[in-house]
Amino acid sequence: MIALLLRDLKLAFRSGGGFGLALAFFLIVATLVPFGVGAEGATLARIAGGILWVAALLACLLSLDRLFQTDWEDGSLDLLATAPIPLEGAVAVKAMAHWLTTGLPLTLAAPVLGLLLNLPGPAYLWLLVSLALGTPALSMIGAFGAALTVGVKRGGLLLSLLVLPLYVPTLIFGAEATRRGAEGLDPATPLLLLSGITLGTVALLPFAAAAAIRVNLR
Amino acid sequence: MPDLGKYAAEVLSAYGVSILLIAALVGWSFLRAGRVRRALEEAEARMKPHGR
Amino acid sequence: MSLWEYANPKRFMQTSAWLLPWFTGLAGLTMVAGLFWGFFFTPDDFRQGSTVKIIFLHVPAAMMAINIWVMMLVTSLIWLVRRHHVSALAAKAAAPIGLTMTLIALLTGAIWGQPMWGTWWAWDPRLTSFLILFLFYLGYLALWEAIENPDTAADLTAVLCLVGSVFAVLSRYAVLFWNQGLHQGASLSLDREENIADAFWLPLVVCIVGFVLFFVALLLMRTRTEIRARRLKALIARERMA
Repeated sequence: MIALLLRDLKLAFRSGGGFGLALAFFLIVATLVPFGVGAEGATLARIAGGILWVAALLACLLSLDRLFQTDWEDGSLDLLATAPIPLEGAVAVKAMAHWLTTGLPLTLAAPVLGLLLNLPGPAYLWLLVSLALGTPALSMIGAFGAALTVGVKRGGLLLSLLVLPLYVPTLIFGAEATRRGAEGLDPATPLLLLSGITLGTVALLPFAAAAAIRVNLR
Repeated sequence: MPDLGKYAAEVLSAYGVSILLIAALVGWSFLRAGRVRRALEEAEARMKPHGR
Repeated sequence: MSLWEYANPKRFMQTSAWLLPWFTGLAGLTMVAGLFWGFFFTPDDFRQGSTVKIIFLHVPAAMMAINIWVMMLVTSLIWLVRRHHVSALAAKAAAPIGLTMTLIALLTGAIWGQPMWGTWWAWDPRLTSFLILFLFYLGYLALWEAIENPDTAADLTAVLCLVGSVFAVLSRYAVLFWNQGLHQGASLSLDREENIADAFWLPLVVCIVGFVLFFVALLLMRTRTEIRARRLKALIARERMA
């Protein structure tokens, strides 16, 4: 499984692998927001946390359709399904690779973009923490969506339609944690709920995703 | 028509929209049902000369 | 391969053939009776004026929106476990009805909300949850449309329905957490009947029953169409191979 992880990481870093793409997209969206809502400091300060969460979420989507697609096309998905490691494990590993190459960089980049958006001081830590706790869920949910749509040609848009509603609870708790942190309130409750979602999805969705892949491989 | 008072527009548009949507759903369902049934009959007729 | 691949669809077609006219008649009668009663023969509300009449559309539609998704969940599970094709096709047939009901609930809710709350849309937990449900229905239908092979589509949409249901419940609580909301839980909730006067309660029940019967009738018809469509696809595929 480590081999699979390393292989996926290597593929992501190669050109065309989309590693920098998510980060660039994240930056672009953060840049666009003031053009849309005005550069007034107070406004930006209020919405910065939420905007960064939404932007991170959208940036995660970008590399999702690639998650199983290339393996599907060259037949390695078949090999994975019949390999000694359980398909559920392979799915989890691929989701982890996605997180390491997308979610984690986004999390680390978020505070920098927070500077652009006038994020209030206390919020930086909680933005970081909430993204760190929540982006794994985004990768796992995304992997499930990718497994469903792997057989659909140009299924990127369909993937977004399926996955974005599933992202809502993660977004709600992540953004709420950031907001509470920004206002100096205690963000424990949303952070706990957020962690709960991440743990739950990581534990259970690999089974659903593996089932979907097996169906598609028939 | 009962006296709907100042909310006449709201009530009527709510009923109007709902009835429209239901009619559209039913209409589309009927049209599709007819199309599929005819296509199926044609396909089965084509299959007949070749046996079951 | 016989004409109908499995005995189940054949029996369904036979049974539904004679059930359909009965359900259609009953549905039409009940819906019209309920809506007429509610529209023409109920008083105005003290606070809400004549807009209270919207309740006879909004509440039944909202109830159906949720119950239809639950039905889809159950039939999806039956498909995954027992592989009854009729079950999978019934879920597919039900989805557009659920989508329409959700849309009616959203639109009537917005139209009702405008004079009552002063805004066309409010991110109130119930309306928001229904908006999310609307997106779930859309996704489910989109997935059916996107996949060529009927069995694959049935399996994938069933899995989506399952996972979606878990997230729908999760979202419901997340949304409540996120925004406490304007919806008067008590007076509009049907668990607390004493909060609605009899004058509204009885026609409302008739409307709800009417909507349920409407769903059953339309579902029977649409499932028959789906069964035929699937057979059509199989025949065309066979023709191509021959």
